Amino acid sequence: MTTLSLKNVTRRFGGLVAVDSVSFDIGSTGVTAVIGPNGAGKTTLFSLISGALAPSDGQIFLDGRDITGIRPEDVAARGLIRTFQLVQLFQNMSVLDNVKAGQHLHTRGGIFAALARPGWARREETQIEARAWELLEFVGLSDHAHAFATALPYGQQRLLEVARALAAKPKLLLLDEPAAGLNADETKRLSGIIRRIAETGTAVLLIEHDMTLVMNTADEVVVLDFGKKIAQGLPEEVQKNPDVLAAYLGGVEIGHG
Amino acid sequence: MTSLLATTLPSRFRWTDTLAWLPWIISAGIVGYAFLSGGYVVTLVVFALIYAVFVIGLNIFMGFTNQVSFGQNAFAAISGYTSAVLTTAYEWTTLPAIAVGVALAVLCAFLIGYPTLRLKGHYLAMGTLAIGLITYEISVEWSSVTQGYMGISGIPPLGIGAYEVTSDRGQLALLVVIVLILTFMSARIRTSRLGRAFFAVAGSEDAARALGVDVARYKLASFILSAACAALAGSLFVHVVGFVSPEVFGLHMVILSFTMLYVGGIGTVAGPLLGALIVSLLPDTFRAFKDYQDLAYGAVLILLLIYAPRGLAALFDRYVPAKKVGGAP
Repeated sequence: MTTLSLKNVTRRFGGLVAVDSVSFDIGSTGVTAVIGPNGAGKTTLFSLISGALAPSDGQIFLDGRDITGIRPEDVAARGLIRTFQLVQLFQNMSVLDNVKAGQHLHTRGGIFAALARPGWARREETQIEARAWELLEFVGLSDHAHAFATALPYGQQRLLEVARALAAKPKLLLLDEPAAGLNADETKRLSGIIRRIAETGTAVLLIEHDMTLVMNTADEVVVLDFGKKIAQGLPEEVQKNPDVLAAYLGGVEIGHG
Repeated sequence: MTSLLATTLPSRFRWTDTLAWLPWIISAGIVGYAFLSGGYVVTLVVFALIYAVFVIGLNIFMGFTNQVSFGQNAFAAISGYTSAVLTTAYEWTTLPAIAVGVALAVLCAFLIGYPTLRLKGHYLAMGTLAIGLITYEISVEWSSVTQGYMGISGIPPLGIGAYEVTSDRGQLALLVVIVLILTFMSARIRTSRLGRAFFAVAGSEDAARALGVDVARYKLASFILSAACAALAGSLFVHVVGFVSPEVFGLHMVILSFTMLYVGGIGTVAGPLLGALIVSLLPDTFRAFKDYQDLAYGAVLILLLIYAPRGLAALFDRYVPAKKVGGAP
């Protein structure tokens, strides 16, 4: 069963081909990692999938439906939720409210519900509050629920962003360099959280530089270099692939973690 | 610019919690004093409360949603003039005239906001400024309806049907009720799904979109709510004063309302009311300084912005992002 399917996705910036006819499929479960040296086109690829950029060529399907070039909020509404390389929290809200805001897609009500507070709106508030606490518990942030998002240390801000993304009940969760700026302990904890997310039936696609995280977490690895897909397979296979070794530091073996 | 969203009360009572009531107590004190003393102070506070209506709206767009508009005076003008023309030339009663004025302003906000809100930051500021200036020019030039610089006089006072509120204290009481209702509404918006969407747009547009928040739609909703408050303020003004001219809704209104919003506390619930009262009364409290009155007023504003950069109401807010929480940095 395929969740995400890329068919010859290409993005050109003037003369530069940042993503060059990339195709791959992602199953409805498990963790897939996209790796590659700096400038390989990973972040551009993520922007194309999440709707922040439109591809110059090719098509992207989510659950068999064409999502090529639709707006980011519409991509999110179809169940594909992303996080950001530089954490993008709602700094003006508490930790708990960030996760409540993440449930926007699964709640309803506008100005009438806000002012008149009918019974269904009050019940919905209670439900999303309970769900927000569950998610904070899951990532280990429930002690800081009333703190401001910006008061959290960087590592915990990342976890909060993951909790907020999960609040949107994704079918596919896109994590953009989730381990960036984390220390070894925090990375290990994050790896555990990603595995548990995958076990609950949410497919995860992550871009990552941190090979330890990738080798310990991913079920499948896609390798990009100069915008092209050069390998795809199990972490152990990819690690030994000569093309991959050549792309990384001209042949040094990767992934001692 | 940070704004605060409060939802869940802390479980343990702290004495500092009572401080959160201080902006309300100060505001009630000022209004109460005006009510008892009568005369000139009542007039000042009545105008302050009309401005509070305007600023409550401005706060929804600028404080909650973190957008900028220098053109909300346009909606006050549209509704104010509609009220004035319907009650004088067409002899409507006050209430339906206000209702039509606000409805027309909201319609204009929708039509203007839809293309304008694609702009961001400084461009949005320039675009909205243009809306205010264009409306001003129309109110000057369309003299067959607005009577140009001469203005329209003889506008009937506030009232329902035959019952008219003409006394100073009566107007004051009515405006207190209106401001309290609007403040309550803004507090409810702040702690709802709608408010969270506004705050999400303010916090990070990219993240909001990635979570399925239709950013363009919520910006427009926030702009329309803001315009509705501005429109109501415009109509209230013309019925209280009994006269309207283009200058009433000029750039002066924009500057004054911005001062009130920042002094009171942008993004807070009590801020617009407190700011409107203080900024309206401050110049007069320095009357003893005679020639230096404006200087003293200016100095106090600067001190306020240095020592209370998020406004007076934020000084007493329990939900201030203060210390870092535990754990490795």
